[in-house]
Amino acid sequence: MMIATFAPEIGHFALVLTLALALLQATLPLYGAARNNTALMALARPLAVTQVLFVAISFAALTIAYIVSDFSLTVVASNSHTAKPMLYKISGVWGNHEGSLLLWILILAVFGAAVALFGRMLPMPFRARALAVQAMITVGFLLFTLLTSNPFDRLDPAAVEGIGLNPLLQDPGLAFHPPFLYLGYVGFSIAFSFAIAALIEGKVDPAWARWVRPWTLMAWVFLTIGIALGSWWAYYELGWGGWWFWDPVENASFMPWLAGTALLHSAIVVEKRDSLKSWTILLAIITFSFSLLGTFLVRSGVLTSVHAFATDPARGVFILAFLIVVVGGSLALYAFRANSLTPGGLFEPISREGALILNNLLLSTAAVTVLIGTLYPLFLDVVTGEKGTVGPPYFNGVFIPLMAPLIAAMGIGPLLTWKRADLKAAFQRLIAVAIITVVVLLVLMIWIGGVSPLAALGFALGVWLVAASIGEWMIRVGVRDGAGLWGRIRRLPRAHWGMTLAHLGLGVFVLGVAGVGAWEDERLAVMKVGESQTISGYTFTLTDVKPVPGPNYTALQGVFTVTDNAKQIAILRPESRTYVNPPMATTEAAIYPMALRDLYAVIGESAAPGAWSVRLYIKPLQGWLWIGVLIMALGGVVSLTDRRYRIGAPQRRSMIKDPTPSAQPVASE
Amino acid sequence: MIGRVVVVLTVLWCSPVMAVGVDEQTLPPTQEAVARSIMKELRCLVCQNQSIEDSDADLARDLRSIVRERVAAGDDEAGVKSYLTERYGDWILLQPPFNARMAVLWLAPFLIIGLAAFLLWRRARFKTGMPDMAPAPLTADEQAALDRLLDKDQRG
Amino acid sequence: MPVRFFIPLLAFLSIAIALGVGLFLKPAEVPSALVGKAAPEFQLPALDNQVKGLSRDDLAKGQVTIVNFFASWCAPCRVEHPQLIALRDAGYAVHAVVHKDTPKNARQFLDKLGNPFQLIGTDNDGRVSIDWGVYGVPETFIIDGNGNIIYRHVGAIMPDDLTEKILPFLAKVQS
Repeated sequence: MMIATFAPEIGHFALVLTLALALLQATLPLYGAARNNTALMALARPLAVTQVLFVAISFAALTIAYIVSDFSLTVVASNSHTAKPMLYKISGVWGNHEGSLLLWILILAVFGAAVALFGRMLPMPFRARALAVQAMITVGFLLFTLLTSNPFDRLDPAAVEGIGLNPLLQDPGLAFHPPFLYLGYVGFSIAFSFAIAALIEGKVDPAWARWVRPWTLMAWVFLTIGIALGSWWAYYELGWGGWWFWDPVENASFMPWLAGTALLHSAIVVEKRDSLKSWTILLAIITFSFSLLGTFLVRSGVLTSVHAFATDPARGVFILAFLIVVVGGSLALYAFRANSLTPGGLFEPISREGALILNNLLLSTAAVTVLIGTLYPLFLDVVTGEKGTVGPPYFNGVFIPLMAPLIAAMGIGPLLTWKRADLKAAFQRLIAVAIITVVVLLVLMIWIGGVSPLAALGFALGVWLVAASIGEWMIRVGVRDGAGLWGRIRRLPRAHWGMTLAHLGLGVFVLGVAGVGAWEDERLAVMKVGESQTISGYTFTLTDVKPVPGPNYTALQGVFTVTDNAKQIAILRPESRTYVNPPMATTEAAIYPMALRDLYAVIGESAAPGAWSVRLYIKPLQGWLWIGVLIMALGGVVSLTDRRYRIGAPQRRSMIKDPTPSAQPVASE
Repeated sequence: MIGRVVVVLTVLWCSPVMAVGVDEQTLPPTQEAVARSIMKELRCLVCQNQSIEDSDADLARDLRSIVRERVAAGDDEAGVKSYLTERYGDWILLQPPFNARMAVLWLAPFLIIGLAAFLLWRRARFKTGMPDMAPAPLTADEQAALDRLLDKDQRG
Repeated sequence: MPVRFFIPLLAFLSIAIALGVGLFLKPAEVPSALVGKAAPEFQLPALDNQVKGLSRDDLAKGQVTIVNFFASWCAPCRVEHPQLIALRDAGYAVHAVVHKDTPKNARQFLDKLGNPFQLIGTDNDGRVSIDWGVYGVPETFIIDGNGNIIYRHVGAIMPDDLTEKILPFLAKVQS
């Protein structure tokens, strides 16, 4: 009880101590690296590790305050409630601006400590510099938290009861969505710190690419899962079955994902060919900058969004200043130092490098497009004072022409050789894949018919990518080369497995998008108990409507029996819930996922005595969309286990044996 | 604190839950389809980035019933939209009328990719055709060293 | 140093400037389509027998009037109420439209917090509010003597709004 009483003070104090530690870590090792002072450089590690300890204490203190419902804390009183289930008391810690910042700092500290502990193979000056940069980011976030958004602020007098957490957020999917998202955002800070350290040293080489890869990949996996969780939550919780809305807050998480994906690919070129170096450094900076920008957009009130946190101009000013220092500072450093990075291996446009550059070109343009679309209303307002908005029609209209060539090229790219490749030969090896694509498409058109050109394009791209990924894998392991196949499969590097899975996953995802876009069927109706509605061949019968109690809500549950040709398929129980604290109604969709389609039902309020408004959907291939994303994330995980890319990466000296000529003392221009 | 109350209330207004609720009588199927397609293009003004079809806000419900009423009364899409823009301005249209400013937005990605491709092509032009083993340009240090040597040569 | 290495920095700085300006704009405040136009035609029944109802004719009697849309269930309306009383005390004619509320609750609200309104119409189905382009309560309009809408305030009138925006605007119109 004593601990619970003073937990907020302990947490606050721990946070202030962390700030002191972070300030030391941001300066001493950097100075040490410049002066070649080993003792100072060596300080980075213990500082980073101690820091995580103090942030953890602080975070634990806030969590305790939520668990014991300490309403003398402003954040707890405004976001929690005694009647809330324990899971949501805990997830409430990060379900608001102040707490989520603390979570961000905790993850930042954990990543910093991970670099300190597992980056033993990094050269000391490099590690010292990278950790110092990491600590600078921590300092910024700590100042922001302590000065404008302190979660340990007391409420005097204490509230008797809390306001409660928005019921929409009381959901398992959303409980874990922010932590994953932040693990992704913050994970990119490592790539950023490594890039800044490399710029300070003026040296980027294949070893650098190997160091940065596992961290970037890890961040990418987390971000992928985080975005998918958010999208999945929107799908089942918001009750109209959409999965992506191009809302500014969604875009804020999508921009770093696009840039991070580009970074993963360009780092391969640095690693294998010692080329594309200044561009890769720029991408590392931009990827993390997008993460920071996302934070700014969500918390500053510059853009309106359904999901935005409560906003406050003081916070906006602070984050903007921070953004200018971090992003502006690093881009300025880049502008002055990028030229010192020596360009590397040369290559023909048609080559693996060329394909990866095309990937980067399209992904970066996509990221910038999302940025422009998201900020356009702001630009318009600033320049002309007009109000305008940019909605899904724009993003869809621009994204499809960018993604279609990317996916088409993804099928062939992995078959191209480095330096110089034969496009025709590569395509010939995929001729079977091309035939499969055409046949599947024709079967679809004839069998189902009436597919729009856009949907047909989607299916073609999806089938092409899935088949080409499998085809490339078969060629790589030599399926037709006879004996020893099992050995070849086992010897295939994990990184290659990762690529195959990630590309395959994207293909499955594209098929899901195309399927739900082409054949979604919807019915809005008023139904009485005993009545039926038939939609896409499935008959939904409303067999019962009854009240059900919940822990902190009351619900009206509809019971639908779904039959297909008189055979019972599923029983769906959608609910319309009324929460007490805060008073709010939510709908809980009932979803029955099947291999080829989801059945989806929502029940609303009573439309007339004994009659309820309902929404029924058939969502073809919806499940493929999530499974595709999961396969992509799985690909990232598999790739992470590749021995060559373990976090304890090889030393620079052993790497330099790379056969690529990177610097010869002869004039060239 | 007052500010916080206001914010909480705004959040409640905008609860993005599909309202298939109270007093929403649907129209006969063909008219309902027209009404629904119009609703998808109208902004729920309170929530701003949602269409009135997607929003549970009180205002969105009222607007939905107005759309259904006008459609039932025989208004076409343009008629319903102008009825609402008279009251709420163009802002109520999720997709504003296409004008020069919007053209900039739509063209931007293609300009960017065109520009990037051009820069790449220009840089790649003197790389292709070169033998693969062409040496890389000098680093700053090497250049400085070379300059010193050349300088010495000239003087010597 | 090749110029191209500066492109990202310049691009970022222009975004930062826009964000900086954007911080002080209010994206949620959208200009009314009706400011500068005549107030819409309407006629609303009185809240109860203690007051008279409100119609368009009441707004075109040669004197500047203020029309406030409110409801007793709306918390920001409570917050802004003292400012409306201050407007009445400053000598302005303040009228109200009660938005989707029961007469009993609205009357209790006024009994408890004071009644700054001269005329009070009730808009039960919210249709008149929509004709006025109202998003949600509270909203406040200023009408010139000829029945034209000349100012609109969305959301609660906070004390700062009163002293910095509304009173100066009214003073300018009067002079």
